[in-house]
Amino acid sequence: MAKRIDVSGLTAYYSSHKAIEDISMTVEPRTVTAFIGPSGCGKSTFLRTLNRMHEVTPGGRVEGKVLLDDEDLYGAGIDPVSVRREIGMVFQRPNPFPTMSIFDNVAAGLRLNGSYKKSELADVVEKSLKGANLWNEVKDRLNKPGSGLSGGQQQRLCIARAIAVEPKVLLMDEPCSALDPISTLAIEDLIGELKERFTIVIVTHNMQQAARVSDRTAFFNLAAVGQPGKLIEIDDTERIFSNPSVQATEDYISGRFG
Amino acid sequence: MSHAAAVTEQRSSTLRGAALPKWSPWAIAAGSVAVAVGIGLAAGLDSKIQWGLIAALLFLVGTYVIAASVEGRRQAKDRIATGLVWTAFLIAVVPLVSLIWTTVARGVKVLDLYFLTHSMGIVADSQPGGGIYHAIIGSIEQVGLATVIAAPIGVLTAIYLVEYGRGGLARSVTFFVDVMTGIPSIVAGLFILSLMLIFDMEPFGFAGSLALAILMMPIVVRSTEEMLKLVSNELREASLALGVPKWRTILKVVLPTSIGGITTGIMLAVARIAGETAPVLLLVFGNRFINNNPFDGAQQSLPLYIYQQYANSAGANAAYDRAWAASLTLIAFVMILNLVARAIARWKAPKTGR
Repeated sequence: MAKRIDVSGLTAYYSSHKAIEDISMTVEPRTVTAFIGPSGCGKSTFLRTLNRMHEVTPGGRVEGKVLLDDEDLYGAGIDPVSVRREIGMVFQRPNPFPTMSIFDNVAAGLRLNGSYKKSELADVVEKSLKGANLWNEVKDRLNKPGSGLSGGQQQRLCIARAIAVEPKVLLMDEPCSALDPISTLAIEDLIGELKERFTIVIVTHNMQQAARVSDRTAFFNLAAVGQPGKLIEIDDTERIFSNPSVQATEDYISGRFG
Repeated sequence: MSHAAAVTEQRSSTLRGAALPKWSPWAIAAGSVAVAVGIGLAAGLDSKIQWGLIAALLFLVGTYVIAASVEGRRQAKDRIATGLVWTAFLIAVVPLVSLIWTTVARGVKVLDLYFLTHSMGIVADSQPGGGIYHAIIGSIEQVGLATVIAAPIGVLTAIYLVEYGRGGLARSVTFFVDVMTGIPSIVAGLFILSLMLIFDMEPFGFAGSLALAILMMPIVVRSTEEMLKLVSNELREASLALGVPKWRTILKVVLPTSIGGITTGIMLAVARIAGETAPVLLLVFGNRFINNNPFDGAQQSLPLYIYQQYANSAGANAAYDRAWAASLTLIAFVMILNLVARAIARWKAPKTGR
């Protein structure tokens, strides 16, 4: 079910501004890959190119290839809507739909895509909420609005919403940066469980978090403000945090800059 | 004086300065009104407006002088700002209350079930009797048809501008919407009238609806645009990232989130055009009898009825009473629309409770 991502020579622009340049990497199925690097180095932009969310931003465009199990996401005739059904996304700030109940939020992906059987809906919602470790907390108030939950619960609701459509890959853009340590722990545990089923890519500013949850870590950096961000290196997380092959990575991880 | 003693007592703390008692603004206000009345009587000023302005001025000056001497200059400035806000509020509210009061007081005289359910028919303008049923029917049909035309076009235009519009076309649409906002209602009426003359048509209700729709459209576009802009991009992205197509995202996420505000905007636009007289005068012409068909023959409408009762009756009291009662009906109609809009906005607003 999980799929591999192969990126080669990817460059992304905001209008004429080049945000990231010439990035190539492979993300293995059923692994957690963490992106670390200073602010503005293009981690989030790169993440958004992986499910074609980058082009939603006015002026956003991409050059290069992103292969999802040998199929180029930017190839001719590829529908970005189908791409996003395969590659789900969780955002930095929890963003449940304010007009919908908890149940409707989780069911939103299926309902809005129109591809579901009514009898299955309740099962999918329960399974997804259980998958996001939220079921026990909300099972008695599924009809209450999703925005009434706490921040950490809302973020897990968003994860449940994302996994309800059974994506192959799950992209997470700093999913814990707005949460307290306990909620963060809950989400990190969840990531550990989810990687059995999905390929996960996570952007984080918290290096301990990258070390805790990820199998592979990619370090991004930019030469100077206004320059495009680049991939410095990607390796097994243990190697990156113990013995990185590039000096800049070690400097960043040990806190000597950034 | 006990007040002075309290003041010196409070001086001992560095954090708590001297303060005027809570009732002092009321006392100063009462004092200034009394003095203003005195001045007005002594100088023989006839206009009560002059009395009020003198009282307001005395209140502001008095507040500043008293507060500055007791509390210090900073507090005095604070009080004078508060005083200015209150004065401005009163100046704004007095005409409003006076208008509603006058309309209600004069309007209730002939406003009854008979008045609401009968047309003028053969009752002469100078005689008592008759009613506004034909005008209510006309108003509802004309305004309703105008809304049916203008609201969808306006909302769809706003959706285009906010969700899709980029570059030259969107800029020119915005520009023309701005220009349309400034069209005087008589010009909209003349525009439709010129079309009617080309096709050699007699006045009829739907022609008025077309002119009203022209006036309503830019208001709907503007308010809907603002409401759609308030929907955070995060929600759009959350939906898109679930693999939901853009049009469904707009239909199922963006519109439901903003539907309360959009409805309010449309209702306010309806209220705005319900009182238009000029285009109706040109295009609908007015009718003493009930005409339920907006597509054939002259109709009546409330604002037009008010104008004609006033203008065509040579000062007959009965006609004036009917005009006031019709005004009251029109105000009530608009007010009910506003209340409905608020109720819908509250009912549809995104829920936050636990």
